[in-house]
Amino acid sequence: MKLSRRRFLAFTGTTAAGSAAFAGGLILNPAHAAEGSTQPGKVNLDYPQTTITRAGDLKVGQPVSFTYPDTSSPCTLVKTGEKTPGGVGPDGDIVAYSVLCTHMGCPVNYSTEERTFKCPCHFSVFDAELNGQMVSGQATENLPRILLNYKDSDDAIEAVGVEGLIYGRQANILPS
Amino acid sequence: MYEHKKDRIALPPANARKTQTCCHFCIVGCGYHVYKWPADQEGGLAPDQNALGLDFRQQLPALSVTMTQAMTNVIQDDDGSYKRIMIVPDNDCKVNSGLSSTRGGQMASIMYSPQTPVGSQRLKYPRVFAGDEWRDTSWDQAMALYTHLTKLILDDDGPDQLMFNLFDHGGAGGGFENTWGTGKLIFTGLGTKMVRIHNRPAYNSECHATRDMGIGELNNSYEDAQMADCIFSVGANAYETQTNYFLNHWLPGLQGQSTDRKHEVYEDGETVQQTKIILVDPRRTLTVALLEQAIGKDRLLHLDIEPGTDTALFNGLLTYVVDQGWQDSEFIEASTTGFEDTVKANRLSLDETSRITGISKDKIIKAAEWAYKPKASGHLPRTMHGYEKGIIWGNDNYRIQSALVDLVLATHNVGRRGAGVVRMGGHQEGYCRPPYPGGRPAPYVDQEIIQGNGQMLTAWACNAFQTTLNAEQYRNEVLRRSDIVKQALRKVRGATPEEMAKVIHKAVKEDGGLFVTVINLYPTKFAEAAHLVLPAAHTGEMNLTSMNGERRLRLSEKFMDPPGTAKPDCLIAADMANALRKLYEAEGNAEMAKRFEGFDWQTEEDAYNDGFRRAGQPGAPVIHSQGGSTGHLATYERLRAAGNNGVQLPIKEYKDGQLIGTEMLYTDGNFDTDDGKAHFQGAPWNGMPDVVEEQRKKYRFWINNGRTNQIWQTAYHDQYVEFRRGRYPMAPLEINPEDARDLGIESGDILELFNDYGATTAMAYLEPDIKQGHVFMEAMYFNSVMGDLVTPWTDRNIIPYYKGTWADIRRVGRIDDFADKVSFKRRRYV
Repeated sequence: MKLSRRRFLAFTGTTAAGSAAFAGGLILNPAHAAEGSTQPGKVNLDYPQTTITRAGDLKVGQPVSFTYPDTSSPCTLVKTGEKTPGGVGPDGDIVAYSVLCTHMGCPVNYSTEERTFKCPCHFSVFDAELNGQMVSGQATENLPRILLNYKDSDDAIEAVGVEGLIYGRQANILPS
Repeated sequence: MYEHKKDRIALPPANARKTQTCCHFCIVGCGYHVYKWPADQEGGLAPDQNALGLDFRQQLPALSVTMTQAMTNVIQDDDGSYKRIMIVPDNDCKVNSGLSSTRGGQMASIMYSPQTPVGSQRLKYPRVFAGDEWRDTSWDQAMALYTHLTKLILDDDGPDQLMFNLFDHGGAGGGFENTWGTGKLIFTGLGTKMVRIHNRPAYNSECHATRDMGIGELNNSYEDAQMADCIFSVGANAYETQTNYFLNHWLPGLQGQSTDRKHEVYEDGETVQQTKIILVDPRRTLTVALLEQAIGKDRLLHLDIEPGTDTALFNGLLTYVVDQGWQDSEFIEASTTGFEDTVKANRLSLDETSRITGISKDKIIKAAEWAYKPKASGHLPRTMHGYEKGIIWGNDNYRIQSALVDLVLATHNVGRRGAGVVRMGGHQEGYCRPPYPGGRPAPYVDQEIIQGNGQMLTAWACNAFQTTLNAEQYRNEVLRRSDIVKQALRKVRGATPEEMAKVIHKAVKEDGGLFVTVINLYPTKFAEAAHLVLPAAHTGEMNLTSMNGERRLRLSEKFMDPPGTAKPDCLIAADMANALRKLYEAEGNAEMAKRFEGFDWQTEEDAYNDGFRRAGQPGAPVIHSQGGSTGHLATYERLRAAGNNGVQLPIKEYKDGQLIGTEMLYTDGNFDTDDGKAHFQGAPWNGMPDVVEEQRKKYRFWINNGRTNQIWQTAYHDQYVEFRRGRYPMAPLEINPEDARDLGIESGDILELFNDYGATTAMAYLEPDIKQGHVFMEAMYFNSVMGDLVTPWTDRNIIPYYKGTWADIRRVGRIDDFADKVSFKRRRYV
């Protein structure tokens, strides 16, 4: 199923009601402070667990926009059509990334044909099929990957964390 | 401390120590700020709580900052305390206006830290080879060995037995302090002419031709690109190799954003138009590809020239321009000599030019019209010519450069704002030395070594094992001769440095051995041949001055200690000179002792004041300095105050607390010749050198080579940085998919390249923009030395033709780990 505009907007957080409605009450939770997790045994910050979509609704090459871990961090999820490292879902081909270029934060565009993300500002290219590896360009870090979890039970794709620092932040979780 | 994939970063507190630095790497010399603070502290999120003054309580908008983990590190000062550093681009620097490149953006990562993989590779103490192993040693011992041996050789066989591979530039591993310190030791003290420069086998300039014609190769400002009617780029791939010059100064004009700048400098009534660009390159580079997207095809002309035929192109253009009457006759008459003879000598018809270069006549005419046809207002266009390795390492450096500058002079594209004929450059510059004691052409030092000459070779901040031509033969010969000394050293036990020096002296004088010293940050590939390794410091670990490609002099401030007992090169040179002086004084040889006087330097600033600031001053010896006779005005203190904008050399004056520099040279029509006129010089097209032609006929692929954006030079840092080495575990080789299919090659395969001169390996990277029969290989890589395939041919000044070789390619096999972890997506932004 192709995402309707309404649902697309829901992911971007522009309609709070829609977001709650679609995600079944799973509201984005950016509440944790930037000091890092205070829970023992945790290396990373306390990320929210957020359902993005259902795997069955995705079509190869059609990116889905969403925000994570909060509404000011735009991300893109894509079913690449090829099993990729870190990919989830029944075909192991669903990946997601922050779309803010790690160089200077310009939004990167997904190229369906090449399965790369490209930054129009300074021409960096990142590989959607290889952990956001910078193919060429001016960044010094790969594109941050949104860590996903796939639930067989209801075919849901959940965002559960971020690998790499999102552009323009001291920490991936903003202070509440 | 080294951590993988951190999801947060420590901000510099508002009171973090802030210093200025230029990027270590390419010639552009972007300005950065270094913040340093105690490791157990960090700044807050509110703008007044962090030194960046940014509000991290919310998401920052795009283009606010560049700040990644690669821009941070934790270092340890000599007192044992840990400090955090963050190195971020300077928004107020005119060069980069807050932009950072993928090279400069990683500066903090490559600074010495005991905890990082790259830090762990740094040389910390002098090492001496003791028969079968390396032993760390003290500077006293190392200096005693080096100077006793030097003296034995100097006294016995003279200075020509003392060979050097030597840096001559600015940026990291160079700078005015260090070129002066080494130059004073080697030229004034030792008096040897057997010196080769870091990327070429003799002591020469890559720009002899333009200098002979009266035009220094760095004659405009970066902002002139914004004022140009046309940018004529030759053999340069600016996006990958002078990134922020391209992004911050080329693109604005090309995208029509610099009209105001043009109005400021154009004459009344002169047509103002959006900048066009012509790129001469056999390869569709990343620059060409992205420009098609960024400015469209209408104002972009790519002349995909046949390799090695640039001279013919420039001569064809000159002929066409003169036949159309587009030359600036008034300028030619007033400010030049030799025009008529040169037009005659260089004459080449359009048909012939097209046949030789493989570029259609229509395209050649279009290029001539864009670059040289008078504008609607009747004014000649302002065309900036930028050239780099495509012709500097091209087919007969001296001849091509002459042909290009002839064309530039005829059309008066030098000394006018928006124009200029400039090398784009590799790294920053920083030349300040006594006169070179040899002639021109200077000795071909690589060949001297291969022929068995030279008893002692010091490789100082360079690594010819990866960067020279005919590299395989050179490397084999150095290693063979080095091993003779290693064999001799195996029998030495319990010896003083003086006794060791005697054993070595016999091995090098009587048995054909070669004693090799490497002075560097890392144990380089060249250190495989070494007997003595000395640890050096680089930018950030010392105060260092350099100038960029628009002659902009800046001081990069020291903000941390070098690792272990590593030292700045100028102070290593001073140690050597002082030790030699004492040896000669001890034997009562006052004449020789005198040659090593004047090295009583405590700091790098002493070396700077002794060289750069004494040039042209009363009572000073002759000093060849890029600062000229007004360099003395630029004290460290004044340069600190001038910040990352520094001052463009030559300095005109110091006024009202400011250093006043020179934005553009030759605006008065006076050139750097005896008669003050620019000299045309004939450069008729003469085909390919025989030895190169032989390889071309014999082998299938033209081995084009150069840099990719992410790798700097020999990858001396990059080979230890996961972000870089993970990207290219072996030199990438771009190859056309049809050629690859024909040879059974896929991306990620390991390939062997071979011809009559040597063989090397590379990793296949299929790329449809590469023409069939061409490949493009990362040059100078740590495990793939392209120079192994390059013929020993040089031009009249011993400048190699690194771009001129052909080879066959064979699939060796595949390392799945490479192929699985490296992206082979297209590097071009298309």
